[in-house]
Formats: sequence, C-alpha cells, structure tokens
Amino acid sequence: MKATTPYWMGWMAAACAAGLATVVAAEDATTAKEQFIPLLVYRTGPYAPNGTPWANGKLDYLKLINARDGGVNGVKLTYEECETEYKTDRGVECYERLKGKGPTGAALFDPQSTGITFALTERAPVDKIPLITVGYGRSESQDGDVFMWNFPLLGTYWTASDVLMQHIAKKEGGFDKLKGKKIALVFHDSPFGREPIPMLEEGARTRGFELIKIPVTPPGVEQKSVWLQVRQQHPDYVFLWGWGVMNSTALKEAQATAFPRDHMLGVWWSGAEPDVKDVGEGAKGYSALTIQYGAGLSKVHLDIFKYVHDKGQGTGPREEVGTVLYNRGMLIQMLSVEAIRRAQERFGKGKPMTGEQVRWALENLNLDQKRLDALGFGEMLKPVRTSCVDHVGASYARIQTWDGRQWVAGELYEANQQIITPMARSAAEAYAASKKITPRTPQDCRA
Amino acid sequence: MLYRENGQFKTSYSADQQLLPIAQDRWLMIALVASSFIAVPLIASDYTLRALIIPFLILAIAAIGLNILVGYCGQISLGSAGLMGVGAYVAFNLTLRVPQLNFLLVLLLSGAGAALVGIAFGTPSLRIKGLYLAVATLAAQFFLDWAFVRVRWFTADSPSGSVSTNPIELLGWTLDRPVDKYLLVLGLVCLLTLAAKNLTRSHIGRAWMATRDMDVAAEIIGVRPLTAKLSAFAVSSFYAGVAGALWGFVHLGSWEPAAFGLVMSLNVLFMIIIGGLGSMIGSFFGAAFIVVLPVLLNRLPAAVGIDLSTAMRSHLESMIFGGLIVLFLAIEPLGLARLWAIGKQKLRVWPFPH
Amino acid sequence: MKPAMQRPSIARLRRQWPVVLLAALLAAGLLAPLASGAATAGFFLEVMLGGLMAGVLYSLVALGFVLIYKASGVFNYAQGAMVLFAALATARMAEHVPLALAVVAALLLMIGFAWLVERLVLRPLVNQSGATLLMATLGISIFLEGFGQAVWGNDIYRIDLGLPKDPMIVGVHLFEGGVLVSREDLVAASVAAALVLMLSLFFQKTATGRALRAVADDHLAAQSIGIPLNRIWVIVWAVAGFVALVAGLVWGSKLGVQFSLSQVALKALPVAILGGLTSIPGAIVGGLIIGVGEKFADVFLGQALAHWFNLEGGGIEQWFAYVLVLGFLLVRPEGLFGERHIDRV
Repeated sequence: MKATTPYWMGWMAAACAAGLATVVAAEDATTAKEQFIPLLVYRTGPYAPNGTPWANGKLDYLKLINARDGGVNGVKLTYEECETEYKTDRGVECYERLKGKGPTGAALFDPQSTGITFALTERAPVDKIPLITVGYGRSESQDGDVFMWNFPLLGTYWTASDVLMQHIAKKEGGFDKLKGKKIALVFHDSPFGREPIPMLEEGARTRGFELIKIPVTPPGVEQKSVWLQVRQQHPDYVFLWGWGVMNSTALKEAQATAFPRDHMLGVWWSGAEPDVKDVGEGAKGYSALTIQYGAGLSKVHLDIFKYVHDKGQGTGPREEVGTVLYNRGMLIQMLSVEAIRRAQERFGKGKPMTGEQVRWALENLNLDQKRLDALGFGEMLKPVRTSCVDHVGASYARIQTWDGRQWVAGELYEANQQIITPMARSAAEAYAASKKITPRTPQDCRA
Repeated sequence: MLYRENGQFKTSYSADQQLLPIAQDRWLMIALVASSFIAVPLIASDYTLRALIIPFLILAIAAIGLNILVGYCGQISLGSAGLMGVGAYVAFNLTLRVPQLNFLLVLLLSGAGAALVGIAFGTPSLRIKGLYLAVATLAAQFFLDWAFVRVRWFTADSPSGSVSTNPIELLGWTLDRPVDKYLLVLGLVCLLTLAAKNLTRSHIGRAWMATRDMDVAAEIIGVRPLTAKLSAFAVSSFYAGVAGALWGFVHLGSWEPAAFGLVMSLNVLFMIIIGGLGSMIGSFFGAAFIVVLPVLLNRLPAAVGIDLSTAMRSHLESMIFGGLIVLFLAIEPLGLARLWAIGKQKLRVWPFPH
Repeated sequence: MKPAMQRPSIARLRRQWPVVLLAALLAAGLLAPLASGAATAGFFLEVMLGGLMAGVLYSLVALGFVLIYKASGVFNYAQGAMVLFAALATARMAEHVPLALAVVAALLLMIGFAWLVERLVLRPLVNQSGATLLMATLGISIFLEGFGQAVWGNDIYRIDLGLPKDPMIVGVHLFEGGVLVSREDLVAASVAAALVLMLSLFFQKTATGRALRAVADDHLAAQSIGIPLNRIWVIVWAVAGFVALVAGLVWGSKLGVQFSLSQVALKALPVAILGGLTSIPGAIVGGLIIGVGEKFADVFLGQALAHWFNLEGGGIEQWFAYVLVLGFLLVRPEGLFGERHIDRV
C-alpha cells in the first residue's frame, strides 16, 4: 500500500476542475434560421437492438430533408441525440437538457419509450412542447380534449389490441367463435406492457374469451418459467407484448416448449428483424402487427440512398434501410417534418417554429394520398387526418408473418374506434379529474 | 502559508467540542451556506438547478445514508435503492390518501417507513457479515422491486404501474419553480447533514465505528451489536427513504418501479466509494462526481473536437466509472475526501512540501 | 434406554434442527402442487426437469465464482461481465473466422484479461479486506461491460453451436401429453457436468491444482514453500475466464449474445453461496436446488399468490432464490459444502 498519494493525482484533480469549468461555461451558438429537433435514443442496453434502427431511420430522414430540400422552406433542421438507455430518469434528464436548444426551443419530442412518455406528459404542457408518440404512449392520450400536448399518431395500444382481436376473430371465423377461447398475454412488466390490459379485459368481457396475464420481468432475458406457465395453461393464442431482447427470447422459449408459433401474435413493437432474425426458422409462422407498413423499399428509400447513403452520410449500415423499425423511424420523422411544414404555412413560412405552433400543426395535420405520394410514402401510409379531439389521425394496422427469412405482409385492418373512443374519453376524463385539468370544449379548439 | 490556523485556543468544553473548531473552517462553512441560499438561486440557470444541482443534493442525502451504514458501521448494503423506493411510495400514498398532511411530515413518515423496512432487512446482519450480508441486501432489493410492481396498493391501482405526483404544497406555497424546489432540498440537506455529523460524533457513532473496526472486540467492551447494527440500518434507511421521496417528488415527478432498481443501488455505492468511505464531505464529492460525469462526457469531446456517438459516450462513461473505482480503491481507498484533506494540508504548509 | 444422555443420532438432529426444518419446508413446498392437484404429474415432472436444467446452467456461471473465491478469497462480481465479454468476442470473431478459431482466440483474450487483472487490480490491493476486493471487482465488471460493448457493439449476436432447438416429448404412454424435455438444455447440462469433472480432476490430480488448493488454504504458508502467488492468481483467473467462455457459449447459443447476458451472474450468485463458495460440486448441487426452487416458485407459488391475494402471478423468480439463500445463510452461513468458519462472540 502506498504511503503517500501519487503526485499526478494533483494534476488529475486540476484537470477535472478545468473540465468542470467547461461544463458550466459552455454555451451553444445558435443561428436564427434553424429548427431544432431533439432525438432521444437508446443505442446501448438491452433495448438497443431495437432502438438503434429506429433512431437511424429518424436521423437518415432528417439528413434527407436537409440534403434534398435544404430543410423545411429554407429552415435547416438541426438535431442532437441523447442517450436514455430506455430509463425514465435519463429520459427526463435528456428532455430537460434539450428542450431549450435552438432559436425557438425544441420543436417536438419523440421519447421512444412509454415509460418516459408518462413522465414527460406532466412536463410538456408546462414547457409547451408537444410529444409525438407514434404507436405507443398513453392509450387515452388519443383524446385531444384532455391531452392537448400528446399525439399518439397512427395508433395506440388499444387500437393494436382491437386489431389483434379482429384478426383472431377472422381466423376463427367470427367474433362469436371467440367465446370460450383462451388468450394469454405475455407482456413486458412495465407501463408499456400493461397498456393493452384494459382493452383486452374489455374484449374478454364482451366477446367471452378468457384472458390470462403473464408478466415478464424486464428485460426478459430468462423466460423459462413464463413459458412453462403458458404450457400449463395451454392457451389458444399468445399475444406477445415485448420490446428488446424479450421478443427473441420469447420466441426461442416458445420453440423450446413447442408452442406453435403460428398461434403467436405480437404487437408492432414485437415484430421486427432483431426479434426474429436470431431465431430464424424457429420463428416461422409468427405474426406481428405493423403500423400500416412493415419491411420493404418505397420511393422515399430511393431518395435516401441517393442523397444520404451514397454520399457517405448514412447513419447505420446500408442493409438496414428498409427494415421494419428503420421504416417506422422514418415515418415518425416524416410526420414531425410535415407538422413543422404545416405550422410554417400558418405561422410564417421560412421561420423556425415554436413548440406551441408545432402543436397546432399536429392537431391540424391533413396528409392526403396526393401529398403522401409526393413525399414518397404513398405505398406506406393511408391518409392521416388529425383534429382537436382525435390525436390519432388513422387507426390502421397490418398483420405480417415471418416465413423464416423475411416478413411477408398480410391484411390491413382498421381498429374499431366506436369502442375505443368512448373508453379513451372516460380514461382521459379520469386523468383530468385527478390532475384538475379542465378538458377543452369544441369552442376552445379553433386555432 | 496563506493563512494561519494556529493560535486558536479554546477556553470551554463546548468551544472545544464544536463541529468546526477552526475559525477558518467556520467562516468557509458560513460563506458556503450563505452563497448556496442566496447566490446560487440568483446565478444558476433553471437547467443547472433542475438537472445538476437538485439531483446532486438529493443523491448526497442518499449517499450520506449509505455512508453511515458502510463507511461508519462497516456493513455492506446493495439495497439502498429499494429503500429509496419505499420512501417514495410511502410519500406518494400519504399525499394521495391523506392530502391534508404537511409535506415535511410526509417526508418524516416516509423516512420512518423506510427505516422500519431497513431494520427488517438488516436483521440478518446480526448473523452474517461481508459478502453474505451483501447477498441478503440484494434479496431485499429484488423483493422490493417485485413488491412495487406487483402489489397494486402501492401504486394506487394504476393500470400502468407508473405513478405521478402533483407539485408539492408547503404551507400554502406551491413549489413549481426549480428555485423553490432547490431551496427546499437545500434546507433539508443542511438539516440532515448536521444531524448525521452529530450522530457520528456521538456515542452511537462511536459504537458504529467500533463495530466496523473490530466487532468482536467491540462486543467485549460492551457495545451491543444489536443496537449498533440495527441503529445503523435504521438511520441509513431513514436517509434513503427521505432521499427517495425527494427523488420521486422533486426530481422525477412521475416514476415507475424500475426507477429504483439495482443500478441505482450500485450508483449510490459508487458515490461513497469514490467520495470516501466514512466521511461526510466524501458523500457530497461522490454525489457531485456521479452527477457531473455524464454531463462532462457530453460536453468535453465536443469541446475538444472529437465526435462520439451517444452509444460510445455511454460506454466511455461505464469504462471511466469502472476504471476510477479500481483506481481509487488501489491508490486512495479513502477517496476524494482524503484528497481534499491532503489538499488542505498542503495549503497549510505551502510553500514547504511538508 | 439412556435416560441421562440422549442417543447420538437424536442429539445431532436436535443440533441441526434449522436445516432439517428448512429441508422439510422445501420438500413440502415441492410436493404441494402435486398434492393439491394444481399440476398433473406430467407437468410436475416438466417443471422439475426444466428447473434442474436451468440450475445446471446457472452453476456453469457459479463455477467461476467458486474458482476465484477458492483460490484467492476474492468474490468476483465481474464474472457476469466476463461471460458477456467472452461470448461477445467469440460471436463477433466467428463472423469472420471459423467458430473453433474464434473460441481459441477468445480464450487467449481471457488469459490476457486475467493477466491484466492480476497486474492492475489484485497486486495493488493485495492485503485489503474482502469488501474492498468485492468493490474492486464491481468496478472491473462495469469497465468490462462498457469496454466489451464499445469494441464489439450492442446488437444481438448469434452463436451457432449446432445445438438442436426443438424439444423432445418423452413418456407419452406414462403421462398424458408426454413430458417435454429440451434437448439444448440436456446438451448444456452434460457440458456442465463434464466441466465440473474436468475441474475436479484438475484440482485433485495436477500439481497446479494442488498449488491452487494450497494458496486457497493459506496464502502465507503457500508463499513460504515457494508457490508463486502472482502466477497462481493469473492461472486462477484464466481458468475462471475459460469457465466464463464455456458459460458464454452455452448461454449465448441459448439466448443470443447481448448486454443482458451479464445479468445471468446475478442469478448465479445465490447458487454459488448456497453451494458453499469454496466447493466445486457445491456449485452444481446449489444450482440444482436453486433452479428447481425458482421454477417451482414462479409457476406454482406465483399462481397461488395471485389466487389468494389477487396479484398478477409471476416474476417471483428473481427474489425467491435470494430469499431462499438468505434463509439458508441464517442457519448455515458457509453454505451446503463450504468450509466451516467459526466466528462466535
């Protein structure tokens, strides 16, 4: 053991103090004609295999807009990534750090995690920055009268549950055939995994099937006992509601306990290449939802190759372009950019937009087929139209099946908003009551 | 030799026994406290307060708690985050079900609740030591993890398992600005640090240190292991509970059970290892280190001109943490606190080397 | 009859009453599902077999703990990170070179790592307490996780050992529906058994093994008869690295190689302690007990709890093993086969 502290420790301490000074003193220079888009990502940790292609899709689209169009009406898009590791407290930290960047502050946030969305739902109205939660987040936030600042565009977990029930009803030959069947929900034990439960329990009540809930402790790397329970209960169908490594492990364990994979259905976060590539032939027959479009190349991808990857600016590997999660990231970024564009149409073309203005635009988004074709997303999306009370915009979902080597697209379904909207409204009203928020009325809603 | 500390003779017992017997230390402390209460709210930006200073203060409370257990009493505990969670959930349930209670009382009760749980899970320390005790505290951590997710009563039957809190109201004063929250937390930190410092100077503290150094000998001279160890667990858990309640209410605002997982326990342990076991100021240094390092890693490479991906930054953070822990344990096991003491000593004799 | 003095066997029983009670409780817990009808005999056997095999897999990792503790008195918290590191190295290198070559290269890497650890961590901390060394290995584990991922990436990587993935169903005539047995787990179990045999032989029959046992017994005495402590420590950590590599290959082929692999060590920790930190066969026995206990707790106890207290079932696995070990430690602190260490006051 050393008797005295080494000399160089003093220099190290001085260096640390200097580093501290740069932290406190550093200020970022901003120019006037820039729109800042914060990017919360997780490229490390157990959810990285799924988080990385998503983040790459978003980044590549941003680079495309800057390279091909010179930004949105001349306003260049600037961005910064912040690592959250799918943890709520880090997500909140990243939010706090990035919300004020850029000449007008952050345009909008895509937390990439339901848990972080829950935490930010409290802060977004105070800081006046909208949250865009495509296909995740609070299911009741589709009700824009209460959740002014949340936008679960293109689908929520309740629309997903409804579509899954429609699909198995179709497979069985009608909703009446569901009576007496057993459906097991193998879910990630977190806010994300629990979201579909109210909808599925409602379905169990009205359609007569039995819902068995089997939680998986995050990150879900060991699921032997889960699948032993599944084997004991022998359900007719298993709904997989996982994220990250939980999905591939579930499929491997399903194979090891001989549960027929073609009776397994996953939510759109459990149906991507990282989940099944590892299992390969063992996952053959497994189906999952997609938010309208799964894997594949479309017109916009050609532009991405031309303007981004061919110029050496691609964020991830070239083979990743066109995979399920990459496409979803691209879609999310496209909706964000279109919202900024719509805001500019109303509040001043060629100027950077504030969070409030982007919020208005997200509520008045009207992407018809012509516009989607022009953007290169014509094959990927059906028209999206939001309103004050409807923050979802479109509730379609497609079933895709893994054939051992790739995803094969199947039928497109539309979720039954007749059931979902009233449920969302009552849940939203309960939230408003607990938080002492007054829901908006149609009069407040005019821009 | 910038200043002289000698020539300060004490003429009464109370003067001799005071916390800061040297006048320069007293002045420094007064200046520090005054500037914290007055200057910092004026100078610091909202971001600095919200993202750096408030978490630093709250984690310092947790670190003081764990330091009492590990540094002063020599027991090892990997369950501090679970106890923080207990504090947070008790506070949440109290504010939800008994809204009339004063928030300070809520904090006290959440600390007390955590203390009870801590005593329960600390009872094995009377039979087992060292590594095995670490395993026992891990059992507590995992059990609490499971309980918060599973037992719906804790989360008030929230379907998602995630809870959210309303802004704190204290004596008619709503704390929704970062400055208000900062002042509340700072006040609590001053109070709790004073209490902890005095506890460690009292007979209880001496019992703890005796147990840490040689528990067999301590028992022979009459220190009761039961009271020493369980009181250490109780006080440490109280601090963890209060820190957890503040973490949930002031810093996070809304949390899920995963927020108080094993990773946070390990973080608190690292804080006290790097900061210095068995020293109050070490807890603060360690907490500051843990809070500042990720921010540093964000700004420094960019300032120097190296472009790192977020993933690489995250990995670098892990590597630096791990490396520093080993470094500190090998070279300076008493941590940053010891470096600070050495620095002060060097200043005293400067320009002479010794 | 001996009225004044009790018979020896009864006296022993009276001394060991906590162990006997615990064993009785466990046996009751095991048989309860069968007795109450919550499980058919076939399913009971499936859970039992599944638990046994999961346990063997845990003991693969626990062996690493035991080896290092046995020879140097250090509890190596970094064993999980070593498993991840070895698996990552193999998986990534196997993308470019044949698997066998990648395994050899990974082994060389682990030996290099062992040398570095001895030089940079163990030597400076040579006389410190167990708690300090534990915290040092904690630091190593964090460093290794970050370093491994920085060098090799964060995706899920594949190790293809050619193990059969589909299960086999046996005993269809005896039990309704047959009993499911996972072939992959069977292979893994045999690998673990072979490894244990090999290690036991190594410790008992070779000179190096004897030297390792001497160092484990008493550092100073071993040094005084000329056994080079530093070299022994490098050898021990290298052997632990080899065990980590095997564990990484098996677990990686089963679950895919990604970050969470290092969390397996948290499951193997109670196994090592239950078996006794200084006993290699103890790691296997501890693994079997914990594996069965965990699976039974998760499947049956979880459902029972869900039924009685209206909780959702499941998720008990993680803490059940620890609570089981905790109970055991209160009664018998050295584990099942560990050396008795008397420290009474």
